[in-house]
Amino acid sequence: MIEFIKQPWPWYISGLAITAVMLILVYFGKSFGFSSNLRTICAMAGAGKRVSFFNFDWKSQRWNLMFLVGAIIGGFISSHWLEADVPLALSKATILDLQKMNIRFDGHIVPDQLFNWHFLATAKGLFIFLVGGFLVGFGTRYAGGCTSGHAISGLSNLQFPSLIAVVGFFIGGLITTHLIFPLLF
Amino acid sequence: MSKSEAISWYRIQEMFRFQSFHMFGIIGTAVLSGIFFTWLIKVKKGKDVHGEDIQFPDKERSWKRYLFGGLIFGLGWALTGACPGPIFVLLGQGYAVMLVVIIGSLLGTYTYGVFKSKLPH
Repeated sequence: MIEFIKQPWPWYISGLAITAVMLILVYFGKSFGFSSNLRTICAMAGAGKRVSFFNFDWKSQRWNLMFLVGAIIGGFISSHWLEADVPLALSKATILDLQKMNIRFDGHIVPDQLFNWHFLATAKGLFIFLVGGFLVGFGTRYAGGCTSGHAISGLSNLQFPSLIAVVGFFIGGLITTHLIFPLLF
Repeated sequence: MSKSEAISWYRIQEMFRFQSFHMFGIIGTAVLSGIFFTWLIKVKKGKDVHGEDIQFPDKERSWKRYLFGGLIFGLGWALTGACPGPIFVLLGQGYAVMLVVIIGSLLGTYTYGVFKSKLPH
């Protein structure tokens, strides 16, 4: 059984699992939207005293913070006890494209070459992680949701605004991948 | 998310290069099954755990905030290779540099809150 869980999961299982998460939250009277937690954490830190956007009863969002804690624990469990012994099956074309930028495919979940403190201490590293994070946090609140709130919850409810947001996600992602990465590496 | 590699920086690169069906399969399955179950709950007047009708609130009608905000989000998504959920999953996996991404995303969220009234929505 544990061997069965340990192997990489096919895409349709993951897709259905994401929908199951959304349905469980809906059943408990909540909704699936992860990035709201960032606003909640700002409010917890006292940002509501200065900026009205953060002046709300963050304690009502404690359930979503629990979801966040669950995500961290899930990551810990999967990497410590359920890690697959096979390398990630990345497509040949992507491996070659990354090679051209001198990013070596190591078969892990993220390139260890980039995800370490040494690389972070470089200008490129700070740009990718700190500026990248900033853009994620700013963009998701501006758009009123992230991949969970718009791509999953919004599209499931046939919301046209969510479709615009998802198109925006992809335009931004394509710009970074095809225009910004070649400049960085 | 971990087990299907949806949190993988590599998979996000692959997705934005259209070099594999994997991520599109995950998102497609989630959206199609999500549409079906959301429709079913509406038709069957599904109730939540408190016995109240399940509501699916409409998003406010506009396009500016969704397009501009979405685009900015997408820029960061491809840079870090992670959207908000996976940022925390990767932290749990032991990638401590994600703490810097989290700090960045909190600064970004805070900055949005400060300039909210000056931005086109």
